[in-house]
Amino acid sequence: MSDTRTEKFDFMSLRKPFAIISLLLVVASIVVLGMRGLNFGLDFTGGTSVELEYAEALELDDVREALTDAGYEDFVVQNFGSDTLVLIRMQEAGDDELGRSILADMQNRSDIDVELVSSEFVGSQVGDELKESSGLGMLLALAVVLIYVGMRFQFKFGIASVIPLAHDVIIVLGLFALFQWTFDLTVLAALLAVIGYSLNDTIVIMDRIRENFRKLRIDDPEETVNLSIHETINRTINTSLTTLLVLMALYFLGGEAINNFAITLAIGVIVGTYSSIYVSANLLVALGVTRTDMVVPPKEGIAGEGEEEEAPPEWLNRM
Amino acid sequence: MLNKYPLWKNILILVVLAIGFVYALPNVFPDDYAIQITGARSGTEISQQTVDRASEALEEAGITIKGIDREERSALIRVNSSDDQLQARPVVQQALGDEFLVALNMAESTPDWLKAVGAGPMKLGLDLRGGVHFLLEVDMETAVEQRLDATASQIKRELREERIRYRGGDVSDGNRIELSFRSEQDRSQAFDIIRDRYNEFLLDESTEEDNYLLNLSLSEQEIQQIQDYAIEQNLTTIRNRVNELGVAEPLVQRQGADRIIVELPGVQDTAQAKRVLGATANLEFRLAARQDAPAASTETYPFRDEPGRTARLEREVIVTGENVANASQSFDENGMPQVNITLDGVGGDLMTRATRNSVGRGMAVLFIEFRTEMEQEVVDGEVVTREERVQETSIISLATIQSTLGSSFRITGLDSIHEASELALLLRAGALAAPMYFVQERTIGPSLGQQNIDAGFMSVVVGFCLVLVFMAVFYRAFGLVANVALTLNLMLLLACMSIISATLTLPGIAGIVLTVGMAVDANVLIFERIREELREGVSPQLAINSGYSRAFVSIVDANITTFLVAIILFAMGSGPVKGFAVTLSIGIVTSLFTALVVSRGMVNAIYGGRKVESLSIGGKLANV
Repeated sequence: MSDTRTEKFDFMSLRKPFAIISLLLVVASIVVLGMRGLNFGLDFTGGTSVELEYAEALELDDVREALTDAGYEDFVVQNFGSDTLVLIRMQEAGDDELGRSILADMQNRSDIDVELVSSEFVGSQVGDELKESSGLGMLLALAVVLIYVGMRFQFKFGIASVIPLAHDVIIVLGLFALFQWTFDLTVLAALLAVIGYSLNDTIVIMDRIRENFRKLRIDDPEETVNLSIHETINRTINTSLTTLLVLMALYFLGGEAINNFAITLAIGVIVGTYSSIYVSANLLVALGVTRTDMVVPPKEGIAGEGEEEEAPPEWLNRM
Repeated sequence: MLNKYPLWKNILILVVLAIGFVYALPNVFPDDYAIQITGARSGTEISQQTVDRASEALEEAGITIKGIDREERSALIRVNSSDDQLQARPVVQQALGDEFLVALNMAESTPDWLKAVGAGPMKLGLDLRGGVHFLLEVDMETAVEQRLDATASQIKRELREERIRYRGGDVSDGNRIELSFRSEQDRSQAFDIIRDRYNEFLLDESTEEDNYLLNLSLSEQEIQQIQDYAIEQNLTTIRNRVNELGVAEPLVQRQGADRIIVELPGVQDTAQAKRVLGATANLEFRLAARQDAPAASTETYPFRDEPGRTARLEREVIVTGENVANASQSFDENGMPQVNITLDGVGGDLMTRATRNSVGRGMAVLFIEFRTEMEQEVVDGEVVTREERVQETSIISLATIQSTLGSSFRITGLDSIHEASELALLLRAGALAAPMYFVQERTIGPSLGQQNIDAGFMSVVVGFCLVLVFMAVFYRAFGLVANVALTLNLMLLLACMSIISATLTLPGIAGIVLTVGMAVDANVLIFERIREELREGVSPQLAINSGYSRAFVSIVDANITTFLVAIILFAMGSGPVKGFAVTLSIGIVTSLFTALVVSRGMVNAIYGGRKVESLSIGGKLANV
């Protein structure tokens, strides 16, 4: 290797402090999740929400007063995106007529023109089912990844690819609990995309580690891992940057409905990039991955040296 | 030679891209505002005269018509603007009358030559075009209980006919019938009869002091069948109701074991929609009046299919649709269409009593509908909607009684299979098989829909441009190649979604944006690999070749795992999550093709087959 470009940065020299930081972050996230819980959106809790557009800006207190006068209880009123848009949320999940009656009451009680932007009613049972099925989906996704990577690489790699995913998901959830951001269906979709993205990152680095184990006769796993991260760091940063650029566009231009989606993914991309180096590669070192783990078992009858690279399929060479 | 594609491979790439271009193209043409005319009853044909009447009315109202497409059962009249569209609907509805439904719709403006190859634009989801989404849940326990109730009274009637004395017989626990007898002998007689005639039940005897019990329980499979039947019937009923609403492109779909999704694009008034979905129609069986019957005891009704023809019927009702347990279309001995009707126990009794002495007389099936009609008028340039509740009664069938009727009988003498199956459907659709609740409801205003489209479109464009600039700056000529590949990727993604006529939703747009961000990953991987090879002093041609082939394994591994996650998302998720998963997985496939094959083809075309000193790929050492 003749790398004259930059001094090689010793990523793994910082592996212990970062491992502690990751551990602390995960524990803190779990504690916050336990203490504050997630602020589940309507999709999960069931209830009614009505989004109204007033012809001119008005005080939210006026809206609250009007609601109280009309006999409603336990409602949340907030601006949604602009000061003429008002979102009213209620936990009541038994009455599917509530949204319409709120609209009618607000139209009657306001001098300003009110228009319905959107309304939603979710029965509580549907919400509970969603919670259950999405938790299950998340676990299933992790299991499938573990199996696939375990088969494709090696079991230690499987572990080292699934734990960072759990790490990313827990930290993102922790942030949602800490700031009490609304956790709804789009956030769930984003979270699953984070899994996909973080995995993508992890696999690329692992792939290089495997290749280097086979190609180079370096016996120090830490050095091999270090070299592999170094060789892929440009790609890691560039891909994260392009994705973040696009997410910024989504956040600033995509409209209120997609904001949470963009935030979740942006955090996920940052945490996922970090975790593919300092959790995944870190774990590989900690699990004591060695060259022999990566040696391709010799084929029958052939005295394989075990250092053959995984070759791309033959059709690709013809391209 | 290294880095040279054979001609056939270049041609293959071009063919794939050309096909992608053709199928993505329809999305460029914006939809026209249009009003859609359909018959108020299924089967009504839209004639040229009908369309002419509509277009004359529009011309009189001063609304310019952009185009008219007439098909057998529907017609679309295109107009220039959304205002014209809103004004045109009441005008046309008034001109055509109640026999036709006029709905607001968007018409594809795909040119004919594109339509000829089956190309069409993606459909927009509710969140992008506005409308109502309902999720209804069918009360399955009640469905089973109702069925058992009907069976219980039928069994009791038959026991009476066989002179077997029973003490009681009720539905208990909602899933079984409990019959009690005074003696063991009565019970064993009943046992034999029930075993012969009702083989769907599992029989079980037990004795409490002098009370001899016989338990009839349904197998899991039977319960499943009853529930399936209930939800299917409710679906049919709901579809009929939705058609009454006159909504263009409605969606009525079963979800899971006991839920029904109803999506009504363009509808804003959920109150009306819910009223109609939950509306009840009913059926009545009545005898045709005798010639000499006094006028006070008869009523005259028109026929449903021939409004000109009427018949005089007895005022007295034999049974109503509530007693119809099932109805299906089949054929009689002569191969003529007929409708088999099964009444529940009570209905069967009443029917037997009424028909015993009426063989040879006519019996009519009356269809009574309660519905809300919307009348729209233009007052001072504004569209005003008035609602009116209407009861409509008409005869759907009048047949001669051949013999005394019991709980199962048939209606013959129908003109066609079509008539028979429609009658069976109406008999079944007359009432909901089981009660339903609204468990989810979402209304999206039209302004929000447009806003979502604009925002989504804007973010795709800006995100896309940022990535293009980034790639061009970092990877020079190779960056431009990646940019072309990315653009083609987007085109192929749109083409695939159009071909499978996927519905584009807001999360779907997010999926596209994410694909754009992640699709460059494959190219970044390849280019970094090429740079590495160059740094190691490999010749440019060799660097390109090994860059592509070495990055291949990483790219495929990474994409397969993401693809697996997308599939799980699709399988587990509902609505919005599914939309996201579809775009994500299609995006993975198309980006693999464009990043590996198309970009390679371009690089080969630029650098392949000649002596190259340096590559324009950016990076400090790459150009040395």
